[in-house]
Amino acid sequence: MSILVGILFAIGIYLILTKTLLRIILGTSILGHGVNLLIITMGGLKKGGPPLLGIKNLTYADSLPQALLLTAIVINFATTALFLVLSYRAYKVLGTDDTEQLRGVENE
Amino acid sequence: MNNLVILPIIIPILTGMIMVIFRKKIILHRFLSVFSVFAIGISTFLLILQIETSGIQTLHLGGWEAPFGVSMVADMLSALLVLTTSIVSLCCLLYAFHSIGRERELNYFYPLFMFLITGVNGSFMTGDIFNLFVCFEVMLVSSYVLISLGGTGIQLRESIKYILINIISSFLFLVAVAYLYAMTGTLNFAHLSIRVAEVGQDGLMTTVAILFLIVFSLKAGLFLFYWLPDSYSAPPTAVAAIFAALLTKVGIYAIIRVFTLVFYHEPEITHLFIGILAGVTMLLGAIGAVAFWDIKRILTYNVIVGVGFILAGTASYTTEGMTGSLYYLIHDMIVKALIFLLGGTIIHLTGTDKLREISGLIKLHPGLGWMFFIAALSLSGIPPLSGLIGKIFITEGTFQAGYFWLGGIGLITSLMVLYSIMKIFMKGFWGYTELSEEEEKGTTKGLLLPMGILTMLTIALGLGAEGIHDYVYLAVEGLMDPSFYIKAVMGNHLVQ
Repeated sequence: MSILVGILFAIGIYLILTKTLLRIILGTSILGHGVNLLIITMGGLKKGGPPLLGIKNLTYADSLPQALLLTAIVINFATTALFLVLSYRAYKVLGTDDTEQLRGVENE
Repeated sequence: MNNLVILPIIIPILTGMIMVIFRKKIILHRFLSVFSVFAIGISTFLLILQIETSGIQTLHLGGWEAPFGVSMVADMLSALLVLTTSIVSLCCLLYAFHSIGRERELNYFYPLFMFLITGVNGSFMTGDIFNLFVCFEVMLVSSYVLISLGGTGIQLRESIKYILINIISSFLFLVAVAYLYAMTGTLNFAHLSIRVAEVGQDGLMTTVAILFLIVFSLKAGLFLFYWLPDSYSAPPTAVAAIFAALLTKVGIYAIIRVFTLVFYHEPEITHLFIGILAGVTMLLGAIGAVAFWDIKRILTYNVIVGVGFILAGTASYTTEGMTGSLYYLIHDMIVKALIFLLGGTIIHLTGTDKLREISGLIKLHPGLGWMFFIAALSLSGIPPLSGLIGKIFITEGTFQAGYFWLGGIGLITSLMVLYSIMKIFMKGFWGYTELSEEEEKGTTKGLLLPMGILTMLTIALGLGAEGIHDYVYLAVEGLMDPSFYIKAVMGNHLVQ
């Protein structure tokens, strides 16, 4: 599991370091998945019943990392959507998706 | 349990939602936003009075007791910051009424502004580290939209960088939270403080602490500030002012909260590290402020110097240093908003931010000129204005902690700040008046009022520093001794 997290992080960071905007966004998305997996791994993968009163189990699953994960996924989704729209708009207005040309030194 | 605690978060989000429904009614938007900011201010004022008489106020959401549910905690530090937030945002709103333009107003400017305040107030008030992340995101997502609202080329270009940096720092935040949860099994600040004190802050814990420091430094602009000057010069003045006044301060607040409440056991590692970063930040920021010749750059680099200076006091981890940090934090929120509004007004009048093309504005705009002069003096800590008292306490604190170099850097950079701001004043306001009234690109009609309020405040804070000393003292007392906070949140049964 943690090896998988490492692989996802590596791919995500590689993609973020490339020049094309779309790849960068995909990179953040993959990095996000890596982080989500990390949260669930770090929380300790426990088998067991739902942690509710009245359910008689010897072990209970820890519900907190799952709640964190759910929140993180929603936020990740929202920011990725916003980022995609914005970069499309930037591509339309500025006419490029190459980060080399987005540096903005020309008007200083 | 005190329901007042949640009001600074509930009010702006509700008014923001109502505004979204009535999109075309700009007058309603303006009225509601001012009403909401006033309501936050009044409820926070009441809250401060309650905290003064009966200690830290808490609210356990949904009635779930402290380590299990999400708790909102209002101690003196957060209440003071929320009050300052509401004052500053009122002034930026008043400025926006006359400057932001109908196009942006129709496209949800005011609701976004309200959501931004929701996120800021939530970050100040929360007692749970994951909830801090969520409030950060609320604030950041609104700021993403505010920075790109209007869709000009420069805004789009800078907002992409701003968003990318913040998305990555949010991921790092989640990573740090995941590690912290794995090691301590809790997310509540008070409970974290107990657990970390129990198991001791070993090497691994300190590493996580440094990871948190990196995350918050990215948000606060402490050393990792390279994204800041570009993105803060892109949006319109009112937005840039609220960003400069609030967003970096939330990062600073998070650093102060985490490193006084949870990771305070190894100050010779973590706090020294903060101190080094603060020193480098001040130096680089001051060099940037001195080097550039356009108004926006000079002002954004001044934001960076301010961040370094506030955290220099925190790094000393003495009562004096913390008192100074807090005074300076409040002062900085007010005066940074003021100086950004003033600088924005100059650009608005002349249509350029190149300092070499501007001169002699004081003949036609004496009010603007003198306010700029007062703000400049206040920024560099000339008595009797509000910057002085924070500067004295921070310098005293760093000297007491033995960080003479840090205090020295602070004093040297104040001089550089004074030079960089006076450069704007002398080039912009003195000299031959080039523009006649007809040639100017805009008017100051309606713009002077919010700046006047902020100028009065910085004078009042300087002269009446004694008046808020009791409140600041209470806040610092809570910061230096985490047991107040823990007792207020957890009750007595869990504290040994």
